[in-house]
Amino acid sequence: MSEPTPHLTRTDVLHVAHLARLALTDAEVDEFTRQLGVILDHATDVAALDIADVPPTAHPLPLVNVFRADDVRSSLDRDEVLAGAPDAAEDRFRVPKILGEP
Amino acid sequence: MTARAIAAAVRSGTTSARAVLDEHLARIEAREAELHAFNHVMRDDAYAAADAVDAAVARGQDPGPLAGVPVALKDNFCTRGVLTTCSSRILEGWRPPYDATAVSRLRASGAVIVGKTNLDEFAMGSSTENSAFGPSRNPHDPSRVPGGSSGGSAVAVAAGFTSIAFGSDTGGSIRQPAALCGVVGVKPTYGAVSRYGLVAFASSLDQIGPFAADVTDAAIALEAVWGHDPMDSTSIAQPLESVVAGLGLGVEGLRVGVVTELTDVDGISAEVRAQVGAAADALSAAGAKVDNVSVPSTTYGLSAYYLIAPAEASSNLARYDGVRYGLRTPGSDVAAMNAATRDMGFGAEVKRRIMLGTYALSAGYYDAYYGKAQRVRTLIIRDFARAYEHFDVLLSPTAPTVAFELGAKTADPLAMYLSDVCTIPTNLAGHCAISVPYGTGEGGLPIGVQVLAPALGEPTMFRVAQAIEASRA
Repeated sequence: MSEPTPHLTRTDVLHVAHLARLALTDAEVDEFTRQLGVILDHATDVAALDIADVPPTAHPLPLVNVFRADDVRSSLDRDEVLAGAPDAAEDRFRVPKILGEP
Repeated sequence: MTARAIAAAVRSGTTSARAVLDEHLARIEAREAELHAFNHVMRDDAYAAADAVDAAVARGQDPGPLAGVPVALKDNFCTRGVLTTCSSRILEGWRPPYDATAVSRLRASGAVIVGKTNLDEFAMGSSTENSAFGPSRNPHDPSRVPGGSSGGSAVAVAAGFTSIAFGSDTGGSIRQPAALCGVVGVKPTYGAVSRYGLVAFASSLDQIGPFAADVTDAAIALEAVWGHDPMDSTSIAQPLESVVAGLGLGVEGLRVGVVTELTDVDGISAEVRAQVGAAADALSAAGAKVDNVSVPSTTYGLSAYYLIAPAEASSNLARYDGVRYGLRTPGSDVAAMNAATRDMGFGAEVKRRIMLGTYALSAGYYDAYYGKAQRVRTLIIRDFARAYEHFDVLLSPTAPTVAFELGAKTADPLAMYLSDVCTIPTNLAGHCAISVPYGTGEGGLPIGVQVLAPALGEPTMFRVAQAIEASRA
């Protein structure tokens, strides 16, 4: 396994911002490049540990397949849910187009 | 007046829930502009709830164990039809279509919900300065922070605005502000309180818990909300042993370990260490066997947490896409709208954590960061298990220092993160812990001592906390 990159670049930050769907300003990119670099430097103590033989813990409880009774129940009120949305039409969430013009 | 005294007086008809509410709203009126505990006060809803409690008493019905008790809720608890902002622009104006389970249970126990309290945006922070609606201030010195992220809830109890408040604790967000504001704060065992309707930050770490002026009220408040909930698949199914029933049993023969790595290290102020020592001495005098204990891997807790929590947050906060809730900033297509909405709606710390988490999970870095942090989590659980072979509870500071000045750490995220160094290991392990006010430091500001216990160790943890409280000068 390769060692993590010690210093984050602007390119890394722009790539991550794209993955996270954040349209950052230039000033934010500069600030995050510096600050995230400092935080990741602090995390090198963990990244440097040789603990490949230790199993990971994703969750504190040993839960597997929690089931409940398959009862028919009422769901959230549609109008109440849509009232909280930025835009709605015809009982649905309304969004800008997702594809180019045909 | 304690919550239990209010409930007793309301249930017996000695006073009315309406009179209790009048009195608390007057206190809010007097100091809220200065302290900013609340994002909004639910005056009309509170009077309606108080009148319903009084009507039940008049009919000869018991309104419940929190009859007429004013309660404040962190503004990341869903409240049906009532603004729930998480102190974020991205949720401004959003009214949830349902109540969180904790909220339904509080209503059913006769509590009067007075308002929604300020927090660091999406519970990310240690000072409440990351709120989109401005910081809360410490009632003991308004130039200081109340801690965070549940700062508004801590302020509400410390200022006497409500007898009880609830918050959420992902890395210390109940215990650290409780310590800084001089009140009791509880992080229950993971799964003890349903997370249904708690707006998610880091789902494997988040846990709801109470703030109160004393340990007994905190125990009563916890029992009002905890227990299995089919709406949260991670809620513990087995019956939970009463904590109230065990109060007053004392600490004779209990084994208490002071955690070296969380107490006797750089960054913990001398006055805080001294109070932990004093609490240990008091427990010893009360019949407990006290010794030092090493839990070595807790030194990696902070680093592991600031990889795991942001990773989970980056996934949880993907839902804020400008489609289903609150804010939308227009864009030429859906992807541009998503990105513009998120840049406009999220504050700097939330963006920082989303970026950090996305990076820690991204191709090429997952094993080195997120994967390693998850393995460290195992080490911490193992080390705690070893410590609990020899001790019933552990002791440490809650926060490294007393409350700091507003603005002191806002330019340095890492310095802010270090505020949580003593509280984080409990969340990583899924265990429980409580902060009890114990003495004061610089400027007469409160200091909190933390009692840690293994999963479902609440009954013993509360007994020890009460013994510490009882020994205060």
